[in-house]
Amino acid sequence: MGIWVMAGVTFREAARKRMLWMSLAAGAGFLALFGLGLHFQAKDFVEHRVNPFVRREVSSMMLTMGLYAVDMLAVLMTILTSVDTLSGEIASGTIQAIATKPVPRWQVLLGKWCGFVGMLTAYIAIMVGGLNLLTHFMAGVTSYRLVQGFLLIWMESIVLLSVTFACAAYFSTLTSGILALGLHGLAFVGGWIEQFGAVTQTPRAINVGVVASLLMPSEALWRRAAFEMQSPLANSLHFSPFSILTVPSGAMIIYAGFYLVVALGIAIRRFSQRDL
Amino acid sequence: MEQSLRYGHPGETISMIRSSDFAIRTRALRKVFGSKVAVRNLTLDVPRGEVFGFLGPNGAGKSTSVKMFLGLVFPTSGDAEILGRPAGDVQARRKVGFLPEHFRFYDWLTPTELLKLHGRLYGISRGDLRQRIPALLDLVGLSPHRDKRLHDFSKGMFQRIGLAQALLNDPDLIFLDEPTSGLDPMGRRMVRDVIKAQRDRGATVLLNSHLLGEIEISCDRVAFIKEGEVVETRALNGQAEEQNTVAIRAGKITAEMLNGLAQLTCSARYEGELLTLTLSATDSLPEVVRHLAGNGADIYEVIPQRLSLEDRFLQIVGSDGGL
Repeated sequence: MGIWVMAGVTFREAARKRMLWMSLAAGAGFLALFGLGLHFQAKDFVEHRVNPFVRREVSSMMLTMGLYAVDMLAVLMTILTSVDTLSGEIASGTIQAIATKPVPRWQVLLGKWCGFVGMLTAYIAIMVGGLNLLTHFMAGVTSYRLVQGFLLIWMESIVLLSVTFACAAYFSTLTSGILALGLHGLAFVGGWIEQFGAVTQTPRAINVGVVASLLMPSEALWRRAAFEMQSPLANSLHFSPFSILTVPSGAMIIYAGFYLVVALGIAIRRFSQRDL
Repeated sequence: MEQSLRYGHPGETISMIRSSDFAIRTRALRKVFGSKVAVRNLTLDVPRGEVFGFLGPNGAGKSTSVKMFLGLVFPTSGDAEILGRPAGDVQARRKVGFLPEHFRFYDWLTPTELLKLHGRLYGISRGDLRQRIPALLDLVGLSPHRDKRLHDFSKGMFQRIGLAQALLNDPDLIFLDEPTSGLDPMGRRMVRDVIKAQRDRGATVLLNSHLLGEIEISCDRVAFIKEGEVVETRALNGQAEEQNTVAIRAGKITAEMLNGLAQLTCSARYEGELLTLTLSATDSLPEVVRHLAGNGADIYEVIPQRLSLEDRFLQIVGSDGGL
């Protein structure tokens, strides 16, 4: 019961504090800009009588670029909106009136987590869905395995949410934000090192990337999502800057799921045992 | 939970009381934050149905103690029981209300929404809440502001809505941490009335306040806390622990007369026309007056001297405020 009360209030908080609406407005601006670019591109294709195969591949590349931007927005949205919910309420004393109610602390934390999961699910679904609708109607292109791609981006966001909660159970808002973003940055850089290692065939560079993914698997989930959403042809040609040269395995996805559960477990354990 | 122990009020016959008869019971409670000892050794018994005051200087460990009773802060050592269950127990919290010192909550809510949310956390049904919320808003004087957002609320209004949420579940035990902070005189009167109403319905109230007047008016007993220890508990019903001090305005007092009072008094001081005596027993006062008048003294006035809570507080804490 306590979980759903807290989940409801957390979701409503995002809506009432205009957090969700501002993010969606920014997302709508992004989609409008993307649509405009797509429109001019399509017009140019017609004027220059571009080969349908090239048209399709360029539009697919634009879609992947859009998804890449959506992924970055989702990462920022996840960390920035959730980082203050725990540490901020502990610092301000707001949590005292909640934690003295007959609801175990784990339910308070899990409720808040569920509220953010709901909000982020809606945000990612709208952004990924909106982008695909645009490219479908304007260029006849959609993501290759859309559902798998969406679920992987969603999972990346939930991994980051759980890590942010774990940090916030220990540290202040600012420290938690820096830590969560820092960990994602580490994974991001590690991912690119791994990609370059694959191009230059440097196994040690690839290993650095794998270790970074083990420390924070968020970027690995995006790369797998990008791989799933691009056509097999685009993936094999390797001419897109978003082509995935080293595809994170199924084991890495399972590991990310395990990582998510452990991060959430750490957050719950620490929040249940700390002084408020 | 049904352990028995010996317990007695000052001036009462010691009797056998079960631990579940106490609203709050602590034994050697201690809390250390890093190298700082916030609560040294708190042993306290608060029977059910009492309005109990918690007095002490800043940093004495009052708020930390309250947080330990509520399970917000975990003790380093010692035991605490609330309503016969371990402090922090979820079941015990069903019958506990708490107004934190600086009540803060999501300011995007309206008072009605805030009370609904807290009511749901207490597990109160929607039907019951529909009846209770308007009554509580009336009680704390916020009915005209029921649809206003909390971000437009003053500090005093926050205290009022905080008090309302502390009473939502008809608690058996209510912790009020500086409840009159930020309130105008009418608001303070409202808090006193609420405390009285809660006592009348049998609830226990722990009042943590630095306003001695509030404590004196509202509480049955008070504990003085210094450096995380109970230095003294004192009944405030005017009977038990008053010192038997009287001031007598009189003339023609001689040293012989004072020597003759040695059997009846513990101390005597004569300055100007004022003779201040500490009696060995309250009923020795008529004998003292007879002795003085019989030996030729002129008695103009006999004034009982009550040691005020403030005097006692300053005696215990010291003029430096314990800082």
